[in-house]
Amino acid sequence: MRYFLRRLMQAAFLLVGVSILTFLFSALAPGNYFDDMRLNPQISPETVAALRVQYQIDRPLTVRYGRWLNALLHGEMGFSFAYNSPVAPLLWVRARNTLLLTLTATLIAWSLALPLGIWSAETRGRLPDRALAGMTAALLVIPDLVLAIGLLILAVRSGWFPTGGMNSVGFESLSQVRKFRDVAWHMELPVLALVLSALPILVRHVRAAVAEVLDAPFLRAATSHGIPQRILLYKYALRAAAIPLISLFGFSVGALLSGSLLVEVVMSWPGLGPLLLEAILARDLYVVIGGVLCSTIFLVAGNFLADVLMYWADPRIRTGVAAN
Amino acid sequence: MGRLLIVEKLGKRYECTRVFGAEKEVTALHDVTFSIGQGSTLALVGESGSGKSTLAFCIACLERPTSGRIIFNGKDITTLDEKELREVYPEIQLVFQDPARSLNPRFSAIEIVGEPLVVQGRLDKLERESRARALLAQVGLPQAKALQKAEEFSGGQRQRLAIARALALEPKLLILDEALSALDCSVQAQIANLLMDLQGLLGLTYLFITHDFAMAGHLADEIAVMEQGKLVELGAADKVLGAPDQEVTRRLIAATPRLTAEAPAPRAV
Amino acid sequence: MTPLLHIQDLRVAYISRDGKKSPALAGVDFELGPGEILGVLGESGSGKSTLAMALLRLLPGNAEIEKGAVLFEGQDLLRAEPRVLEDVRGARIALIFQEPSLALHPTMRIAEQVSDVLAAHESASRAARGQKTLELLAEVFPTDAARIADSYPHQLSGGQQQRVLIAQAIACGPALIVADEPTASLDPTTQQDILLLFRTLRGKFNLSMILITHNPALLAGLADRVLVLYAGKVVEIGPTEQVLKFPHHPYTRALMQSVPAGLADPAKNRKSRMPVIPGEAPNLAELGSGCRFESRCVDRMDQCTQREPAVVAVSARHAVSCFKYGE
Repeated sequence: MRYFLRRLMQAAFLLVGVSILTFLFSALAPGNYFDDMRLNPQISPETVAALRVQYQIDRPLTVRYGRWLNALLHGEMGFSFAYNSPVAPLLWVRARNTLLLTLTATLIAWSLALPLGIWSAETRGRLPDRALAGMTAALLVIPDLVLAIGLLILAVRSGWFPTGGMNSVGFESLSQVRKFRDVAWHMELPVLALVLSALPILVRHVRAAVAEVLDAPFLRAATSHGIPQRILLYKYALRAAAIPLISLFGFSVGALLSGSLLVEVVMSWPGLGPLLLEAILARDLYVVIGGVLCSTIFLVAGNFLADVLMYWADPRIRTGVAAN
Repeated sequence: MGRLLIVEKLGKRYECTRVFGAEKEVTALHDVTFSIGQGSTLALVGESGSGKSTLAFCIACLERPTSGRIIFNGKDITTLDEKELREVYPEIQLVFQDPARSLNPRFSAIEIVGEPLVVQGRLDKLERESRARALLAQVGLPQAKALQKAEEFSGGQRQRLAIARALALEPKLLILDEALSALDCSVQAQIANLLMDLQGLLGLTYLFITHDFAMAGHLADEIAVMEQGKLVELGAADKVLGAPDQEVTRRLIAATPRLTAEAPAPRAV
Repeated sequence: MTPLLHIQDLRVAYISRDGKKSPALAGVDFELGPGEILGVLGESGSGKSTLAMALLRLLPGNAEIEKGAVLFEGQDLLRAEPRVLEDVRGARIALIFQEPSLALHPTMRIAEQVSDVLAAHESASRAARGQKTLELLAEVFPTDAARIADSYPHQLSGGQQQRVLIAQAIACGPALIVADEPTASLDPTTQQDILLLFRTLRGKFNLSMILITHNPALLAGLADRVLVLYAGKVVEIGPTEQVLKFPHHPYTRALMQSVPAGLADPAKNRKSRMPVIPGEAPNLAELGSGCRFESRCVDRMDQCTQREPAVVAVSARHAVSCFKYGE
């Protein structure tokens, strides 16, 4: 119990810290939304001035932060200048789309990485292992951006995949099932990009964790008891290898999140990525903060999930080795 | 000859603080008092958890005791600050149990032995190398192996390296924390001989920590027995072995395997 | 009487990455009768752990069994089918490894780890296995068995972990237990308890045991016979008292003298130089053609460099491999 309370407190501190830093950086960055507006000859200086007062741009930073925090505690996240609407609903839609993409990619990446990594570890030193090592190395070398653009070119040239977006034209008129299939079809390319970028690291870590366990004395001891191969691998080896892999899972969620930003922008997937990018360029302060906070929450939630799983999986944490 | 090391009523408590919940306290040492004469060997015998290693670390100034004093060579080293302690470190050196873990396996023999000299910073490169080679010779390691990496040495050779490193700064007191326990039988004899030779040659004083009464009986002038953080028996080796006062001492002596043993009798619980 | 175990001319070598061969066992030969405790005395590099692992074909990938046979209960384990081997392991021959803390699975409860051994060989129901697990643990933990059953390995002391290994070893009623340095990392009192436990179990279940150690003193009063291993060869074998008190082979003799007798006659022995075996254990990859102990032997003769000595009987059950006692 103390373990989780401590983790939760750490998470809370982290979120507060991130919000403060983001606020600072955004507000301190030169220029603001209304500077660009002033350049627009169609809007009178009086309107701009009035808007500035309305949005309290000229109040001191601490006051603005305080008011934002207060609003947050009431469930509101500020107001978007660019969209002229509250930030919160804007974020939820985009966040949902990002989650859809990231979670699907995580699931697929791990479903592939586990068997590949185990196979690699079982055959360590021999051909399958070496071949996989070569392929993962090749994938690792390719930058995410190149990968995403490359896949996009493939989509354009071949016409197999949609070249962006989440819905086709005329989405609204489709049946439920067709809507589902349409989204899924649009997801294929971005998910593929994310999976390909995450897969090599995951495979290598799985291989390392399993290989280390396969050489461990306790496995040799279990073999000496005549325990059959199958049980040795799936019960003894995997359970022990699971522990480093679970903490890797937490990190992989974070990594995929940051990776998804790039992929979303390149493939026009309507997630947090493009929203954040636009908002930064437009100095849309509250959207920026909201977006960053959202991403941070996902990251922290992923790690917290990993902590919960670790607690359940590793009795040494549960019984407090340090106390012994 | 005077007493090189005097330990008076030494105590060490560890506190485990928690964010939520009560503080827990562990007493590792309680009122430990003894002394070692210059040039002699004191064996400190006890089971695991008796506090032997904590005591060693306190004497070597790697831990600060929570109560009591340690007087080394006439100076109270428990009250010294960082700067003054740095003068004392070279005089008290430690040799650990597991040479596989106390030596960097990727360093060569000469690098390992020369490391304390580098840290001390008094000699130049050539002087350091010649001193390192002299130390290797002193512990019986062939010069041909000077550039070999530690991982290529056997257990006994590594322990010789650890001793050579400990001698680099010309210490007065050598604390051997189970230094022989991880070695093979015949290698233990070799290293024991080496230690005795070095003691005669360099006038070293030894604090020999062990749970092996047989080796303690062979190497030590005096024997101290520890149990659960307290020093329960202290005396000349002959006396402690021949006519022990404490039950724990008797128990430990009885548990020591002997070549001449008959079938062991069940231990009285 | 047919021996329970007969090792015939066992030769095992390790192959390094660049193809060099190190012969770890070079023709080991001995027999073991039912209910007998054989002590294998060997230091680092003697091949003792290789011997333990070779018995059950648990050698690592870079080891090669070049020659020999391991005859046990009517079959040669070295040539047996994998299924047969799985049946023998844990059920007929049990192995107790060094370092008990490493030999147990870190995240499984003790009860499960013992029960799994039963499950591998017996088809009893889960409930029956659970019951038997508790009985086995009670055999090695007279009090406390239930609490231990529920614990994880990291919650137990070294001695307790060793007892769990012993419980696993006797789980299926094996005929032979091989223990590799079973008391190496333990306190003397715990060590004494474990050795006593071995004696008790031997008497109770008529077990045969092979006890591997580098400390001759551990075997006194426990082993029936002692086999001395040096650089992969059996240099001496005989009844314990004979070998420990009247060692014939120069290595055995020197080894006995290495045991500090500080307790036996304190005043006389204190701080005296112990007689040592000069030099180091040989590099197995670079052996010559003569006796492997020759370079460190105080009694070396000319013929010792030319060929290896044959086994010579010095009494009915005591044999030595040394030119001093015959060709």
